[in-house]
Amino acid sequence: MRLGRRFYLSEVVEGVVLTAGHFFRNMGKHIAHALGRKSARGAVTIQYPEERRPYSPRLRSLHRLVRREDGSPRCVACMMCETVCPARCIYIVATEHPNPEIEKMPERFDIDLGKCVFCGYCVEACPEDAIRMDTGILEFSSYSRRGMIYTKETLLALEPAAKDGRPTSPVPIPATRTV
Amino acid sequence: MLLDLGIVFGRVAFVMMFMLNLGGILTWVERKQSAIMQDRIGANRASIFGFRVMGLLHPLADAIKMLTKEDFRPARADRFLFSLAPFVSVFFALVAFASIPFGDTLRVGDRVIPLQAVTLNVGVLYVFAMLSLGVYGVMMAGWSSANNFALLGAQRAAALMITAEIAIGASIMGVVMVYGSLNLQDIARAQGNALFPQWLGQWVPAWGVLTQPLGFILFLTAGIAATKRIPFDMPEGESEIIGYFVEYSGMKFGMFAMADFLETVVIAGMTTALFLGGWQVPYLMADGFHFPWGAVATLPQPAVAVLQVGSFVVKVCVVIFFMMLIRWTLPRFRYDQAMRLGWLGLFPLSILNIVLTGVLLLLLGGRA
Repeated sequence: MRLGRRFYLSEVVEGVVLTAGHFFRNMGKHIAHALGRKSARGAVTIQYPEERRPYSPRLRSLHRLVRREDGSPRCVACMMCETVCPARCIYIVATEHPNPEIEKMPERFDIDLGKCVFCGYCVEACPEDAIRMDTGILEFSSYSRRGMIYTKETLLALEPAAKDGRPTSPVPIPATRTV
Repeated sequence: MLLDLGIVFGRVAFVMMFMLNLGGILTWVERKQSAIMQDRIGANRASIFGFRVMGLLHPLADAIKMLTKEDFRPARADRFLFSLAPFVSVFFALVAFASIPFGDTLRVGDRVIPLQAVTLNVGVLYVFAMLSLGVYGVMMAGWSSANNFALLGAQRAAALMITAEIAIGASIMGVVMVYGSLNLQDIARAQGNALFPQWLGQWVPAWGVLTQPLGFILFLTAGIAATKRIPFDMPEGESEIIGYFVEYSGMKFGMFAMADFLETVVIAGMTTALFLGGWQVPYLMADGFHFPWGAVATLPQPAVAVLQVGSFVVKVCVVIFFMMLIRWTLPRFRYDQAMRLGWLGLFPLSILNIVLTGVLLLLLGGRA
C-alpha cells in the first residue's frame, strides 16, 4: 500500500474536501433558491406525495375495465384473462348482455390485487381490449386481504392516466374494505 | 454575598444552557448537514400549525416521542444500575464543560467576573477526568442490561475510551508545555500573545494550532474517538452488535444519544480552548483592537467581553461542523483497526510530539 494511504490522513482530507464541497455548493443553491432564484436546486429529492417523477407511458399500474358507450363493460366474459393469469387473481362470472348483438358480459369481475403480479398478460390476452393497466394509480393499499379485492364496479369507474402519467381518477376504495 | 452567589449561578446557567441547547440542536444539525452533504433535503415534515421552520421542530418531536415511549427494563437487568447509567453518562458529559472558559473577564463596576463556570487551576485535568468518568455510565449500561451484546459494547467502549484518553492526554501535554499551565483560562490568555514576535512582529497570534500542529491533529482524532461517533463507533456498532444501549428505550435511550452529542460539544470546546485560541479574537486586547499596522480601536469592556464570548461560540460551532463533516465522510473503523490506530498511531505520535515540543522549546529558549 502507498505510504500516504497507510497514513490515512491524506485520504481523510480528500474525503472531507469532497463532502465539504458538496455541502457548500448545495448550501449556496439552497440560499439562492430561498432568495428567489427558483431554478437553483440544492437537492435531488423529489418530495413524493406533493411531487412525483413522471411515469413511463408503458407503466403497468392499477387495472381498469373499458366501458362501452352505454356504460356497460366492453368485456365479453371470454375468460381469456382469467385463464392466462399466472397469479390466478381474476375471478369472472358471466351473464347475458341485454343487447342480443352482444353475446355475454361479466356479472362479476374481481381482481385480487393482493395476488396480482402486474405482468400485464391479461391486457395482452384480451381480444376485446376491455382491460387495460393505464390508470397510473399505484398507491392502493389495505389493512386486510379482503380490501385488496377490487370489483367490477370499482374497475369500471376508473379513467386512464393523463399524458404526463399522473392518475386522473382518485385512488379507489373498494366497498369491501373493512378498515 | 447573595450577589456573588447569583453571579456564580449565572455563569453556571450560561454554560448549562449553552450545552443543553447546542446538544439539542445538534440532532437537527446532524440531520440537515448530512442531508445537504448528500444532496438530500433532510427531515422537514414535523410541523406546528403548518409551520415547518426548516425541520427545527424535529428535535422537539423526537423528545415528545422519547418521553411517551414505553420505558422497558429487561427482567434480569440490575434495576438500580440500569436506571442510573444514562444519568451518569449525561451528567459527566454536562459537567465536563464547566472549566472551559468562554470569555476572559467581564468588569461590571469594580466587580471582575471570570467568564468560566468554574475557575480551576487544573482545568485541563478536570475535563479529562469528567470525560473518562463518562465511560462508567456506558459500562454500567452494558453490564446491567444482562445482555451479551450490551456487555460487548460496554467492553469496546472501555477499550476505546482508554485508547482515546491516553492519546488525548499525551497530545495535550505539548500544549501544556508550550503555554506552561494546566489552567484553561491561562492557556486561552497565552494564545493571545504574538507568535515569534522577533520574526513575525505582532501579526500572528500564538494559537495552539500553530504552535502544536501535530498535537492538534492527534487531539482532534482522539477527541472524535472519545465521542464514540461514527468513524469510531465500535461501542455502538449498529451493523454488528447494537451496542451498550440495546436494552434501552424511551428517554433513557435518548439520554445516551444526548450524551454523545454533549461529548461532541465538550470536545469541540476543548479543541477551541486549547488549539483555536479559546475566546481570543485576533488583535483584540482587553481595551480594544490593536492592529499590527499600528491602528487602535478602543472598545468598552462589556463589548470586548461580548466579542470574546461570540468568538468562542463561533469557534465551537465551526469545530462541531468539522466533526460532523468527519462523521458523515468516513466509513467506520473495524474494532482492531481502531485499536491499531490508537495504540500504534496516535499514542507513539503524541509521545513524539512531546519530545519534539521539548526539543523545540529548548532550542527557541522558553515559551513561545
